[in-house]
Amino acid sequence: MRRFLLPLGIFAVLVGFLAVGLRLNPREVPSPLVGKPAPAFRLAQLHEPDRTLAPEDLRGRVWLLNVWASWCVSCRQEHPVLLDLARSGAAPIYGLNYKDNRQAGREWLVQHGGDPYVSSAYDQDGRVAIDYGVYGVPETFVVDKNGVIRHKHIGPLTAEAVRDRILPLLKELNGA
Amino acid sequence: MPRPLAATLRAAALAAAALTAFLLAPAIRAAEAVPAAADPALEARVMRVAEELRCLVCQNQNIADSNADLARDLKNQVREMLGRGMTERQVIDFMVQRYGDFVLYRPPVKETTWLLWFGPFLLFAGGLLVLFRKLRARQRALATPLSAPERLAASSLLAPAGSEDGGARP
Repeated sequence: MRRFLLPLGIFAVLVGFLAVGLRLNPREVPSPLVGKPAPAFRLAQLHEPDRTLAPEDLRGRVWLLNVWASWCVSCRQEHPVLLDLARSGAAPIYGLNYKDNRQAGREWLVQHGGDPYVSSAYDQDGRVAIDYGVYGVPETFVVDKNGVIRHKHIGPLTAEAVRDRILPLLKELNGA
Repeated sequence: MPRPLAATLRAAALAAAALTAFLLAPAIRAAEAVPAAADPALEARVMRVAEELRCLVCQNQNIADSNADLARDLKNQVREMLGRGMTERQVIDFMVQRYGDFVLYRPPVKETTWLLWFGPFLLFAGGLLVLFRKLRARQRALATPLSAPERLAASSLLAPAGSEDGGARP
């Protein structure tokens, strides 16, 4: 009997590792930027090219930065969630229009039910996105009043993620 | 019944598009492959750094091998930074600051990766230990002489078949 205990134990450990490992999402790479100041940039806005958007202009406010593009398929899935979030007034959402065409980006917003963003920065060559460690659009950052990134959501925002993670965090950050 | 006709047309159009894409692909790829830096020494350094960096879109490729958009952008970034006179170390640190350790194709040795680096050796050592203990136990079992009743039992078992040599010596 005893000779089977060891292989059985090893097998159980292996199953345990696999059970955990297979549930993890390899796409969700923890960002080293959480807890660090949001990288500075100053970019022309999508709708008004002669006006700029910069994180330092938003100091003292809790805000969201959502990286999006008209060519991004999962952004469509996320869009209604963003519209709802914007309507709720929990925090202003700013967009980072990533490697897009200005015209296409504007039209996409019209076609997909409206513009949830206070304004979008137009990151044509994707340089700012590299500073933010973006590797899959859409991505969403929560930035606090001191300009520090407090949370990063990779992939499309879902109603559940907003309810369970984003909204409580916004409440906490706005309360402090 | 315009449906089947439309479907056929669509399929034909798709096939034509696919064929065009197939025929054009080498030309497009060739255009992409032209390095931005005409300087071969710089290009070699770019590739050396690119081989150390993981493509986060494709994950199991480094950005030197990857043709993903992001990989190309990152290669351009690396080229530009090296061109500005930054060292390879500085460029890699720049990437780690933004994308985390995961961007390194060779994981660094630190507390969180100890299991990853030393786990296999630990398993190997454990295996060796088990093997040695088994062998030692077996050797000890062979070394202990049979007791008198055991010898008797053995010879009585061997006796009926024992007309030939049988290979068993007392």
